[in-house]
Amino acid sequence: MKVLGLILAGGKSEALGKLVYKRASAAVPVFGKYRAIDFTLSNMVNSGIYKVGVMTQYNPRSLMDHLGSGKEWDLDRKHGGLYILQPYLGMTGEYWYRGTADAIFQNTTMLRRGDEDYVLIGSGDHVYKMLYNDMFSYHFAKGADITLLVKDLDETYDISQYGTVITEPDGRIVQITEKVQNPQTRKAFLGVYFINKFLLLELLYDTVPTGKYDLLLDVIIPNLSKLRVYAYEFNGYWRNVKKGINEYYKMNMEVLNIRELREELFVKNGKVYTKLKDYPPAKFTGTAKVTNSMVADGCIVSGSVKNSVLFRGVVVKAGARVENSIIMQDTVIEEGALVKNAIVDKNCVVRAEQMLVGDFEPVVLEKWMVI
Amino acid sequence: MTNVLGLILAGGQGTRLGVLTEKIPKPAVQFGGKYRIIDFTLSNCVNSGIYRIGVLTQYRPHLLNKHIGIGKPWDLDRKGGGVTILQPYSTLTESVWYKGTADAIYQNIEFIDEYEPEYIVVLSGDHIYSMDYSEFVYYHVSKGALATIACMEVPISEAHRFGIMITDIDNRIVEFQEKPKQPKSNMASLGIYVFSWEFIKQVLIDDAKDESSDHDFGKNIIPKILSTEKVYAFPFEGYWQDVGTIMSYWESNLELVRPIPPFNIHDSNWRIYTRSEEMQPAYVSPSGEVRNSIVSEGCEIFGLVENSIISQGVSIGNGSVIRNSVIMTKVEIGDNVIVEDAIIAENTVIRNNCRIGLGEYAESKYDKKVYNSHITVVGMDSMIEEECELGKNVVIANDRIVPRGTKIESGGFFF
Repeated sequence: MKVLGLILAGGKSEALGKLVYKRASAAVPVFGKYRAIDFTLSNMVNSGIYKVGVMTQYNPRSLMDHLGSGKEWDLDRKHGGLYILQPYLGMTGEYWYRGTADAIFQNTTMLRRGDEDYVLIGSGDHVYKMLYNDMFSYHFAKGADITLLVKDLDETYDISQYGTVITEPDGRIVQITEKVQNPQTRKAFLGVYFINKFLLLELLYDTVPTGKYDLLLDVIIPNLSKLRVYAYEFNGYWRNVKKGINEYYKMNMEVLNIRELREELFVKNGKVYTKLKDYPPAKFTGTAKVTNSMVADGCIVSGSVKNSVLFRGVVVKAGARVENSIIMQDTVIEEGALVKNAIVDKNCVVRAEQMLVGDFEPVVLEKWMVI
Repeated sequence: MTNVLGLILAGGQGTRLGVLTEKIPKPAVQFGGKYRIIDFTLSNCVNSGIYRIGVLTQYRPHLLNKHIGIGKPWDLDRKGGGVTILQPYSTLTESVWYKGTADAIYQNIEFIDEYEPEYIVVLSGDHIYSMDYSEFVYYHVSKGALATIACMEVPISEAHRFGIMITDIDNRIVEFQEKPKQPKSNMASLGIYVFSWEFIKQVLIDDAKDESSDHDFGKNIIPKILSTEKVYAFPFEGYWQDVGTIMSYWESNLELVRPIPPFNIHDSNWRIYTRSEEMQPAYVSPSGEVRNSIVSEGCEIFGLVENSIISQGVSIGNGSVIRNSVIMTKVEIGDNVIVEDAIIAENTVIRNNCRIGLGEYAESKYDKKVYNSHITVVGMDSMIEEECELGKNVVIANDRIVPRGTKIESGGFFF
């Protein structure tokens, strides 16, 4: 069985504010060296999917730069490999992707051409670690037409932000409710679809030309009674970066505080691959004081760093204090500066003795800023 | 540099590194937290614009072969050229190992001729340094030389360990002494050469026929070609280390943690490339503390690390103390372990409550020549079970299990 992977990475996310002024949400940096899309992309490759199309639309530059030829994911291949699927001008029309279904519909050539029988559709915004193979087996065991990935979300998630599913005891989905205040269940749909390719083509041709563009709302939900749509439960850690600055901040801190989570995300079920930078290992000088923090390669730490994530190449000079913060690539925190409850984007400089302090909501410093 | 071919001699064992080079050749030994020694020379090549490279291997080459692969991490997976591993081979009439450095090149004349290079740069995979070989080649060309030897001033007391060059005012070499008892100068050969290919090819062919020759560049070839009067010295100023002994290996690693290190691996204009496993950033816990150290990705640090090199994927448990040590990739150190003045090789496990590097130096009972410092060396893929105590200058072989509670005094060994 061959599976084609499709990753939706074109969405805009207002909730992420300054972090997405110049990048797609799938390209948001997480955990000291990765970008959000690395997880889904690595999951696919680790599950043996070597043909992956990434659909981009909003601010794609940094995402494209990150993905390159797909080399880091072993997707620089003769057969298959990585395809970047951008909106394009055609003879008959010129459209942006008007929705998730439309994005795939505009790329049906890719579906029709390949020799894959199945399609796995995921999102570039989701951070989780999973091998999809058991989901595939489940799909066949249930004789399903479509299998959706779901998870019981606990109280730490704002359930009104998610689509929820109601299933029969055997797992068949009878109802999907999209983003309502008090849903009947906390079983949320995680945005991952597994579907036969030819069935997908049929469904798309049936809906998109009639002006319906959303894969979940217009393609899946109206067909719940006709098609056997099943829910496959995922029990691991799962977060969606797109849900906002707080959610983004929270997930970075969770990784600091839970050792098992680092195991789950970075060690188990294959590696997470990302663009290599060839930075040397981090250097801690004699004045460094680092506690409960992640420090990536290329960092030079002379100051004090507490409950923080330092991305590659960050420099924290002597006497500087970094607390409860996320400091992205190549940013420099100079002598005596204080950075607290902050998210500092790439290539920033916080000058000596300066302060950048957030309160309940972390303060965000845009790329290339100097304080 | 399209008319230049780089040839890296990477076949040596490096016997004075003891157990560190028992299973792997010296160029494959780890250095500086995420690198292997050959990475420095390979990176010098690509940073100098040399993208056609042969790596000559001989001693236990498997790890080295795997490390280099098709050269992807160095951008050497190229259509024209790239990196080729050159192992000794057999022919219809004979099958021989490389008999010496010159013979190794001689046996690969066909490979070299394929590229039709004007110049070859003969390098060693054993050295830690940054050098722009393009400057080296341009120097060779501008002097109208047939051979150019990179050299460096060394303390005169050290000169007897090197090939020593006596040069005229134009840096032309007039006399060459191989490891002399009474050196006439302190200009030492670094074992790095540029040769004009057509010239040296003939010299190598002639040398191969000479049964009295050891087929070594330093011993045989260089003295022979001095008569052409076109052999020059290329003075190199900068950091260069052979890391040939356990002491010098340990020292040059620990030099990296100095505030201003003599060798800067953080130089963004001269990146050192390597094949390394994809790992998450290092984590230092609330109970952990790291000072004056290099820490690589994938580490989980719950103890105290001081003045040490911690390589990729190392875990250090609660209450443990690591001082003045080099800890290689994927070493697991349990809780309440003390490691001082030690080199712990790849994949070794040290269980709870062990103490390593205790007491005072004592002469090695195993091999005085190799183990002649206070450093304790634990080989790769070994396991030291709970509550063991090892003194200074102790050596533990590769692939051993040291049973629980074992005590080994300074100078002792476990094979």
